[in-house]
Amino acid sequence: MPFALSVHGLTKKFGNFTAVENISFDVEDGKFFSILGPSGCGKTTLLRMIAGFYRQDGGTILFNGEDMSSVPPNRRPVNLVFQNLALFPMMNVFENVAFGLRRRGEKGSGVARKVNDMLERVGLPDSGEKQISQLSGGQKQRIAIARCLVLDPAVLLLDEPLGALDAKLREHMKVELKTLQANVGTTFVYITHDQSEAMVMSDTVAVMNKGTFEQTGSPQELYHRPRSSFVAQFVGNNNRFLIVPSRDDGGAPAGLYAGRFSFILDDACRSLQDGIPCEMFVRPEAMVIEPGSDTPGFNRMPVQVRAVLFDGGNSRLLVIPEGTEDEIVVMLPQTGLYDHIRAGDRIMVGWDPGISLCFAGNGGKPYDER
Amino acid sequence: MSGRIRLNWGFLFFFLPVALWLLLLIVLPHAELLRLSFTSSRPGGFTLQNYMAFFSEPIYWLTFVRTAFYSVIVTFLVMVIALPVAFYITKVARVRAGGFLMVLILVPFWVSELIRVYGWIILLRESGVINRLFTSIGLFSQPIEMLYNDVTMIMGLVYTSMLFMVVPIVGVMDALDDSLIEAAYDLGASKTAIWRTIIIPHCMPGMVSGGIIVFMLVLGSYLTPNLMGGKNSLWFTEQIYNQIILYFNWNQGAAFGFLLLLLSSLIIWIALKVTGQNLGEVVK
Repeated sequence: MPFALSVHGLTKKFGNFTAVENISFDVEDGKFFSILGPSGCGKTTLLRMIAGFYRQDGGTILFNGEDMSSVPPNRRPVNLVFQNLALFPMMNVFENVAFGLRRRGEKGSGVARKVNDMLERVGLPDSGEKQISQLSGGQKQRIAIARCLVLDPAVLLLDEPLGALDAKLREHMKVELKTLQANVGTTFVYITHDQSEAMVMSDTVAVMNKGTFEQTGSPQELYHRPRSSFVAQFVGNNNRFLIVPSRDDGGAPAGLYAGRFSFILDDACRSLQDGIPCEMFVRPEAMVIEPGSDTPGFNRMPVQVRAVLFDGGNSRLLVIPEGTEDEIVVMLPQTGLYDHIRAGDRIMVGWDPGISLCFAGNGGKPYDER
Repeated sequence: MSGRIRLNWGFLFFFLPVALWLLLLIVLPHAELLRLSFTSSRPGGFTLQNYMAFFSEPIYWLTFVRTAFYSVIVTFLVMVIALPVAFYITKVARVRAGGFLMVLILVPFWVSELIRVYGWIILLRESGVINRLFTSIGLFSQPIEMLYNDVTMIMGLVYTSMLFMVVPIVGVMDALDDSLIEAAYDLGASKTAIWRTIIIPHCMPGMVSGGIIVFMLVLGSYLTPNLMGGKNSLWFTEQIYNQIILYFNWNQGAAFGFLLLLLSSLIIWIALKVTGQNLGEVVK
């Protein structure tokens, strides 16, 4: 069975700048596929090429196995939910949803039936007579999606549609969007810079950086087995240590951090070249506060607490390894065990070397979400 | 108490010039014209003879109907040309090029209407630039008179009123979100469907306000129809001019003036009703 969407070797240049470089991927029918990347990584350009608004400089785009690389947007079996939704203010809700059907030349009771079915499906029956300005943010969202889904597209593209919503509603819409997709079974291609949106909703996530896909996989794969330093930093939170690899007496890989702490590395880091600086990542949630001395093979490090960031179940400690300027984030479980920790305290943190990750090269500047 | 007095003074300060302007320049002259239109140049009281003369003399009411008809045509033509021009300026050209194009549209209006019309005459007259060029390259065997007909006059009127349509339409079209056009395109709309369902409905207030301005300007214009249309293309304003200046018949001229006012009000009212706009919204 052909893929709902297949992209081969897609490239787009603006002058000397290559916005999208030789990207290929396939999306299976009925899946939720996300493209996750920082702003300026080329994800919107990629989306606009799939929708047909930009003409690619190279590569092909196939829908259900049919090459549509040079078909204009109004004749592609794909619809786009715009970042600002782009609902038509000159029409009421019914006419907005009916717009695409009418452009296909459908008339009469068939249109009314399909539109009302769709409005019911997105949970807004009887809102057909409303004006767009009378809708709330979440309702507009649903109408924008309904307007596309009523056309039964092969692929629905979504361009950060949750960006304009407030945090609470965004959390709610994530779940709703996922449920909606599961119900209608349409293939969704969702682009976002918010890793949490991508992780919660997607079957597959492609992490995009500087015009190329760094890694494609399930959210779990990306989280547990990132294949590059960028993915390790972009997906989930991570602490980054610049280390110099070496071997311990038994020949197992080890790393020297800040010239004073020697860490045991994961066996997978064996391939690193001794003496050449590289990056090591340990997730905040993998860090253990005051690890017992009865756990052999643990990495331990004395740190000073700079701040306690209380945020309910997502509380963290901001700590500084002694003798360095680096800031490390450690998850603070709300079990009551660590309530005594205050800013300025000296504590021990530790982690199992098996969950740390190493990448060759110092990767230049760390990725900064701000 | 004192606060109320000060408030009244402030109000008066701004209201008085407006009130004086309206009273002295609009209300009083029109009241006098209205009185004149119902009196005769010979001694005597109230009479309808000035209005009767309009209906009994075909040249008057035919000119009147012609003027109304051509004004509507000119307004429509200006709209048809201004829409794509405004679209190009706001959506196609880059920001700086758009500003430059606006200046290009504006520049001819730095010159008085008289000079602009003479410019057309220099181009189009029998011994004019176009005739000389075309006869010299053998396209015309002899010079053709291109002035003094309806087509030339309409072209001149379209040219002189273009700016007053482009500016309000550019204003509303600028506010049209590009993504609405893209969304319509994405949902399967053809280019004509996008114009019909998205762009024109969005631009309607600008089109109607531009339409009102252009229509009133054209209906009341004197110079262009007179110089480019000549004797073959009579305009109703010329009838008013003739009555007042040539025949010193102020009473007849006043009656014609009021008929013209009535006509423009009626046509604008109909246009607003047909397009479903209201005057308050449009003049904003």
